[in-house]
Amino acid sequence: MKTAQAGSVESNDCLVTVSEASANEIVISSIVDAFFHSQIENVIKSTLEELSINNVKVEIMDKGALDYTIKARLVTALERMGK
Amino acid sequence: MNKNEFVNTLPKFSGANEYKKVERKLVNKKATSSTVKFLKSMPEAFDELKISDGMTLSFHHHLRNGDYVQNMVSEEILKRDIKDLHYAPSSIFPTNEILCKLIENENVTTIDTNYLNGPVAVTIGEGKLKNLLYLNTHGGRPRKIESGELPIDVAFIACPTVDKNGNGYGGKGNAACGSLGYAHSDLEYAKKVVLVTDNLVDKLDRVELDGKYVDYVLVVDSIGDANGIVSGTTKITRDPVGLKIARNTAKLIDELGLVKDGMSMQTGAGGTSLAVAACVKDYMIKKGVKGSFASGGITSYFVDMQKAGLFDELKDVQCFDIGAVESYNTNPSHHGMSGSKYGNPYDDPVVDYLDFVILGATEIDKDFNVNVATDSYGKIMGGSGGHSDTAHGAKVSIITTNLIKSRLPIIKEHVTTITTPGEDIDVLVTERGIAINPKRVDLLEKLKDSKLPLKTIDELYDLALSITGVPNTLPTHNDVVGVVQYRDGTIIDKLYKIY
Repeated sequence: MKTAQAGSVESNDCLVTVSEASANEIVISSIVDAFFHSQIENVIKSTLEELSINNVKVEIMDKGALDYTIKARLVTALERMGK
Repeated sequence: MNKNEFVNTLPKFSGANEYKKVERKLVNKKATSSTVKFLKSMPEAFDELKISDGMTLSFHHHLRNGDYVQNMVSEEILKRDIKDLHYAPSSIFPTNEILCKLIENENVTTIDTNYLNGPVAVTIGEGKLKNLLYLNTHGGRPRKIESGELPIDVAFIACPTVDKNGNGYGGKGNAACGSLGYAHSDLEYAKKVVLVTDNLVDKLDRVELDGKYVDYVLVVDSIGDANGIVSGTTKITRDPVGLKIARNTAKLIDELGLVKDGMSMQTGAGGTSLAVAACVKDYMIKKGVKGSFASGGITSYFVDMQKAGLFDELKDVQCFDIGAVESYNTNPSHHGMSGSKYGNPYDDPVVDYLDFVILGATEIDKDFNVNVATDSYGKIMGGSGGHSDTAHGAKVSIITTNLIKSRLPIIKEHVTTITTPGEDIDVLVTERGIAINPKRVDLLEKLKDSKLPLKTIDELYDLALSITGVPNTLPTHNDVVGVVQYRDGTIIDKLYKIY
């Protein structure tokens, strides 16, 4: 199974791992989950939609990254996977 | 009466200057004695002092995370299963973890302290302490002791060197920690005082703790690890955001006309605070200014500034690193001071003579109220220490902080826990702008032609949220586990159980 990663677990960054799946699935673990869970989910969903991707599992370990960081890490991870 | 109901019967905070309307309360100091009894073991001390259910025991935190003394006492309490004790350490650190067991077993059921982090803070946050946690300030604790509101049965005072007359000194010994400022009230007001030492000498030339108040000296193998006294960060930050904040803060201080002969200042030991000190130092040298004093927890950084002739003296309530301990022991211009002289509102305290103080914040709100007791989830992770005391006393109190930390905006609509009231906070400096408390029209007037990035706190709040997005509001907590006592003893906020 193909997987790829981008990012880090440094403060203000996130580590995004993507792998092939039958449908999109998002797993979020974040130090600011209580405050920003839905925003993190939304930026991942909308990025996948923009790229018309519907068959990856996205796992994010978030250390307080801002939306544009999350998006950049996700796009890079997908590129590395060959999407 | 349950805890929530009880807390509502306590006097509420109604203003930082209200203490002036209340006369200072002083109980008699403890009896003095010309003889000191020497003890050989902790069990012997417990037998001799008849340590029993319901007593109040106190400790100081000058050995910080290297302290063994509170833990030795805690172990003996566990062995004897003594119940319902009131603990009054000036702070609690991760090394004091054994206290968690005492809380769970109801050996300790009430705690008074000025600062706590680590496992004990977690245990209390889980609601396991039977009665309340009272979170005091460094100046409020001596006030509480001298007024009789916090009567202490036995003070166990870790003391790096003790002589045969029971006199104590902190600057020498295997576990030298320098100034013993926070132990003075315990020494003078506890019913019984035990100095615990690992270095007994014939005669001390320099004495900080007067043997006339000492009843017992307990000699043990080791009172602590001196390396543990070093505070979290005592180095100048290299983070560009922190450095930008520091540069702007120093510039602001200069524009406010605070860099002048006779100036006095205090900063914390954090990386950004020390960077502010470094920038202020440059202004002082450039202008040829000589200050009167720097106070607080003293770090090597201030020792070096004083040695370079930038301050007449250091006023030191606790040493934050080994360099400060060394200087306390050898430098005649490095003076110790008691916690009371440092911050007790009724003791004409040193904080009242500060021109400015640099402080941190976990959260600050639109009314400038500051939280340094809990994180944004309400989890206990600190306490005022000297925050409220210096913020009130200093002519200008300055909070330095990143506008955003790991996506969390530091400015809130309302802080989770108020530790220092907004009326005592004058300036907030962030990397994206500086907000002056609108109450300080005098400061705004001085800065009217300034090129510094001045904004209102509301503007900074909006700016932060435009970057992070709007955070969800957390459900409120209802079960009280403790109270935050302002320096005059009134309740400024409550601490809640976390689920």
